[in-house]
Parts: sequence; C-alpha cells; structure tokens
Amino acid sequence: MADNVDEDAPYRIKEEDYVVLKRGDIFKAVQIVPKKKVIFEKQWFFLDNAVGQLYGSTFDIVPGGTLQPRKPKDAESPADAKEAGTDNRNIQDDGKSQKLTRDDIENFKEQGLTDQQIIQQLVDNSSTFIGKTKYAQDKYIKKKKKKYENIVTILKPSCRILALMYHGREPGKICHLRYDTLAQMLTLANIHAGSKVLVFETCAGLLLGSVMERMGGYGSVIQMYPGGGPVRAGVESFGFPAHFHDTLHEFPVCHVNALLAGTLDTAPPKDASADSTQSDAAGEEEPDPPTTEPTSGPQEVKMETNSAADDVCDPEKEAREKRIEAKAEERKVKQEEKRKKLASAAALLEGRNADGLVIASRFHPCPVLMGMLKFLAPSRPFVVYSQYKEPLIECYTKLKEQGGAVNLRLADTWLRHYQVLPNRTHPVLLMSGGGGFLLSGTTVAADAPKPAGAQRAEGPAPKRLKVA
Amino acid sequence: MSFVEYSDLIRDGDVAIVYLGHESMMHVKVKQGAQTQTRYGVIRHSSDLIGRRYGSKVTCSKGGWVYVLHPTPELWTVTLPHRTQILYTTDIATITMMLELKPGCVVCESGTGSGSLSHAILRSVAPTGHLHTVEFHQQRAEKAAEEFKEHGVDGLVTVRNQDVCKDGFGVSGVADAVFLDIPSPWEAVRHAKAAMKRQGGRVCSFSPCIEQVQRTCEALAEEGFEEISTLEVLLRVHDVRTVYLPLPDFGADLSAQTDDDAAAPTETKPQTPVALKTTTLPREMQGHTGIRL
Repeated sequence: MADNVDEDAPYRIKEEDYVVLKRGDIFKAVQIVPKKKVIFEKQWFFLDNAVGQLYGSTFDIVPGGTLQPRKPKDAESPADAKEAGTDNRNIQDDGKSQKLTRDDIENFKEQGLTDQQIIQQLVDNSSTFIGKTKYAQDKYIKKKKKKYENIVTILKPSCRILALMYHGREPGKICHLRYDTLAQMLTLANIHAGSKVLVFETCAGLLLGSVMERMGGYGSVIQMYPGGGPVRAGVESFGFPAHFHDTLHEFPVCHVNALLAGTLDTAPPKDASADSTQSDAAGEEEPDPPTTEPTSGPQEVKMETNSAADDVCDPEKEAREKRIEAKAEERKVKQEEKRKKLASAAALLEGRNADGLVIASRFHPCPVLMGMLKFLAPSRPFVVYSQYKEPLIECYTKLKEQGGAVNLRLADTWLRHYQVLPNRTHPVLLMSGGGGFLLSGTTVAADAPKPAGAQRAEGPAPKRLKVA
Repeated sequence: MSFVEYSDLIRDGDVAIVYLGHESMMHVKVKQGAQTQTRYGVIRHSSDLIGRRYGSKVTCSKGGWVYVLHPTPELWTVTLPHRTQILYTTDIATITMMLELKPGCVVCESGTGSGSLSHAILRSVAPTGHLHTVEFHQQRAEKAAEEFKEHGVDGLVTVRNQDVCKDGFGVSGVADAVFLDIPSPWEAVRHAKAAMKRQGGRVCSFSPCIEQVQRTCEALAEEGFEEISTLEVLLRVHDVRTVYLPLPDFGADLSAQTDDDAAAPTETKPQTPVALKTTTLPREMQGHTGIRL
C-alpha cells in the first residue's frame, strides 16, 4: 500500500541517520552506517537491518551480529503458571541451587538456543526457584533477562534521551547537569521558535542542541564560545535537518568587550588593490559588504613572474608552487568565511536585543553572566547553571547591587524515581543536590545604581549586636 | 502581543505582567483610558503603559514604582486566576521535556483546568503545532477559550467541552504527545492511544495519589505502552542572605605577645562578627505536588 509507506516515511530509520541505541537504562548515540560494526554493551553488531524499520523498534542481536526485528508480544514470562512459595525461611543461599554450569550455558549459546530458552533452562535447573515467592521469581527472571537477552532498541534522538544518556554515561562532560535541571533551564528561559537565544556552554553541545530542538529551526541561536572554536560535538547526535544549522551562529567571547565598546572590526581586510575604505567603528554600523577584490590579480602577477624567471620549465617545481598557492587560496577562503561568520554574529548581537540567555559551563558563571546580560533586551529571561551553589550566590549578589534584573531565584530540583508494580510500589532513587543549581531571572530596563539605602530591603535586617 | 512571540512595545489590548516586588506580580489587561490600582498608587494605562517598552519602570501615582514585563507562560502561571489547582513551572518543565515537545508537535491534553500547562504547551509547539485540550466543565472550557483568544494563541488550540474518559479527545491518530491530569486517568488511557499517531508517541499522566499512579501504570501496560517510568520532581528555593556570625572571646592571646610590645594589651577589643553570604532554606520544603508517569 503506497499510501501507508509514504505516511510512515518520516518515522522510519534511514541510512546516515543519527540514532540512539538503548538496552535497559543504557544509551549510546551512533550513526547508521552500512556495513559498519558498532559496539554496544559488550556486543558487536551491524545496523544494516534496522534501515526501513520504524523508530522505537526492538531487535534481537543474532550470532553473527545482524539485527532481527523482535515481535512485541513475544515474551511471555517462562514458568508463569507454576507454583511459588510464601517466604524465604527455607531457602539456603549457598550458591549451589543452580545445577547448570557456565560451560552448559555456553553450549546452549553455541547450539543457538534463544535467550528465552536459556532462561527457561536456568529456571528448570534451579532447585530453589519453586520455593521463591511469585515476586522473587519475577525478579529472578528479570535479572536473567537482563543478562541473557541480546536485544537493542533504536530510538530517534531527542533532548530527553540524550540528556539521560550523557548523565548516565559521561556526566563530567556536561558539568553534571542532570536532565531535570536541563528541563528547568529550557522552560525558565522561555526557549521557543522565533526567538534569538544566546548560549554559553561547555556541555559538549547538549545544551546547545536542546535549545535548537526547542526552536525547531526558527529564529537564531548564537553560541558564545571560549577559546579558539565552538565545541558542539553533541549537536550532531540530535540529527537535525540541514536547515537548522542555518540558524546557528557563533561568536568568540574574546571579542565581547570590543563588540560592546563598538570597536570590533568585522569588515573585509584591506587589500592593496582594493579601493574600499573601512571605518573603525565597523562594529556599530552595518559591516561593509565584501568588495569584489581582484584576488586573482596579485596571483596572476606572481605566476607570470615565476614562469618568466624560469625559462626552463621545471614541472615538479611548478606543481609544488601551484600547491602552495592553492593552499594559500584555501586559507584565504577559510579566513573570509570566518570573517563573514563573525560579522553575521556581531550583527545579531550588537542590537543588544536578544530574547534569552542560557549558561552552563565549568567557567565561573559570574563574569560570564554579567558580560552577556548586556546583550539582552529588557523583560527577557536568563538562566545560569552551576554545579556549585557559591558562584551563583555571587551572581545573585552582584545582580542585586547592579540592578537590571528582577524575579531572581536560586534553586535546585530533587528528582525521585518510583518502581510501580502491583503490591511492590516504592521509591527507587532520590537524586538531590547532585543535579546542580540554577539562578534565573528577568531583565528590566537598566536603572541608575541604587542609593545606599535600598528602597525594598530583602531579608531580615541584621540583629542588633549586644556589646559585652 | 502574543504568549508565543515576543514584542517590544506595550499596546492596547495586551496582557502585561506588573512586577511589584519579590514574589509579587499581577497581570493587567492594557486598555486605553483604563487604570490599575496598586499598593504604590495608580497606573494610568494610556500614559504609563501604552507605547512604553516592555521591561520599563513605571512610577505610580503615590511615587512608588513597578516594572512591566512581557507575558510568558511562566509569568502567567504565577499570576493567572485559579479556577482549579494548577501545575507550576517545575512540573511543567519536566513534562515538556519528557513529552519531547517541540515546534510542530500535536498534543492532546485533559483537563484544561486553569490553562497553566496549556499556555506552556502552546509556547513549545508554536508556530506549526497544535493543542487539543479537553475540559468537562463548561464554564472553565469557555473561560479557557476566551483567554487563549486574548493571548493571541487561539489559532494553535482547539478547546472541547466533553468528558475525555467517555468521548476521548475528539481526534484520532494525530497526536505526538498526550497529557492527562484528571481524577481517573486509567479510564482515559485507551482514548489516549486512539488519539496518538499510529507510529507512536509519548504519554504522561500526573496524579497526586500513589493509588492513581498504580492503576494508571497498569492501564498503560495493558494498552501496550512501553518504557513506563514514574518520577517526582521537587523544587528547593534557596534564600540568599547575609548572616552574621559572632566570634567568641577567649581572652587576651598571651602567646602572641612579643618583647617589643611596650603597652601590655590588657583588654581585647570586641571583634566584629563575620559577615557571611550564604543561602538558607525554608523550614519546610514543599513536600508534594504529584507524581508523573
């Protein structure tokens, strides 16, 4: 049915897609590359058979490393209807209850028994299984499944999944930004399509990608980056369509002061043969459009002199010189690209009318925040993440002194997971304090600095000191 | 003005947020010739609001001042008129991420209630998504529809006055995400499935009681939903303040005396307390809003 296939197309896995592999609570971001071996959870396999299947599908990894789609209602728990005990008073934990040996199990694997069959064997050969309570039996089977099931689920990447993945796998790379904290940031900063958002992060691109996801390709995102170049490996894992990258800009923070002072020159470089003049205050005005400079001119001259000098043509020398020139040309093109990017980012920033600011990095947040707030329009939100509370206390204090922000709030979130099973519902995990802290607020029109006695004092006045 | 798009200047007909001070805000319907009373005096819309920039400081008749802010779903949540218990930003943020909301998503929601979550959803799915929201209380449904219009988002939302447990969401096979905040969510699970896209989607249910959570989890599992997870998110706000810690007086420190000291220090000066910038927590942390699954 041609209609069905067309309808499903956006939901099917394609070659070169960026996907996330999942087994249980373990995730891994990979790209679908035909005939390329992928390693995940100590197993090697090929993703070729996943192409054409719907996202969210689960596959068996069969010996040889190929994937086979798994039918959803395949798994009926083995030993379901059999009897069970009432409690563990007679169960000896002596390690001798399982009659099968490691070798036996290896043999089963080689014989090609499915994981279901292996688990059934283990159950049948366990002397204590029947004596366990129903719940203990379920738990036992669940544990064996985790060990022997060779399955993998292939998911479409999303902020939620990647945040879970990074937090579970490499929290250090994302400054220990827990996924619920990330969720708060995105909402508090009112990230939405059509706005202009500034991002400063050292979270491998997770925050940047999440912001881009919420903007859906509309509006613009400017990544302010420290150092030589923007780090955004994580953005790739989101698998955004190409046009999303048109909304992404970058600006090196080493030029922030110049831009604020109006002394940043983003105009094309002066060339001997060019007659365009540049103004020093290029940062404040529209950057001059790159003039069509006769770049071929000087080169042509060079080549002419070369060939004129060597009447005896040395082909090798010529070829080498051509390569050097080609490289110089390449460098020029790259520099020009870099300049254009800088100019376009500067143009977006210099209006000082950005709609939102999010910061999450290993840098001290205070100077980062105070510097970048200047680019925000009034009545716009900002959110700063820090793994630690103290730097945010500093930010809060500075902002209160300086003015220009209201609704300041320093907070953290506690996250608690629950196991929900009949008669077995209880909290599982409490994650508190380990998710980092957030300072959020809204900008307002800048004011004259507050007089010494602030109009509205926050907090109780210090107690009068008793003199001994 | 719209809740899903920023604008710079305040205009007649806008809904604006007036910031009066810490934890004190109110919404205001901007109208030519109207006035708003605040504890700092009167705000005259025509002269003080219309044409001014959002974020401006406005001086009121008694001399005190306020700030006027552009509405956002977050500011609306803390200033909206409650018709029901509402969801606050902490839960809304978690729900938004867990449902994977983004521009273009089609979302089904029930009950609409006071529209707190609804506005946040609209903000996240604009400009190409849509929200189908169901509310069984007629007046609440009408009020919600009215507000969506006033806030410039009515093109993105359809309000239906019906019982989701009996009649579903009114659409089928279109939703990327479904959200339930009703007394008996397990009764609506099959309707959630029907409303969702055939190729899959996300469901979230919010309940204050563990029994509700249990029944809903069961219903979800029966309907074939996978990866069911249950969690609770609590917000802890830190109050930044300066505290003063007095230093003890152990008497004159004789070991510090050197031979050069001509005048024997017989008295120790009282030492000034150490000022420390820190945070304090409220005596009781907010315990519980609900559990999300």
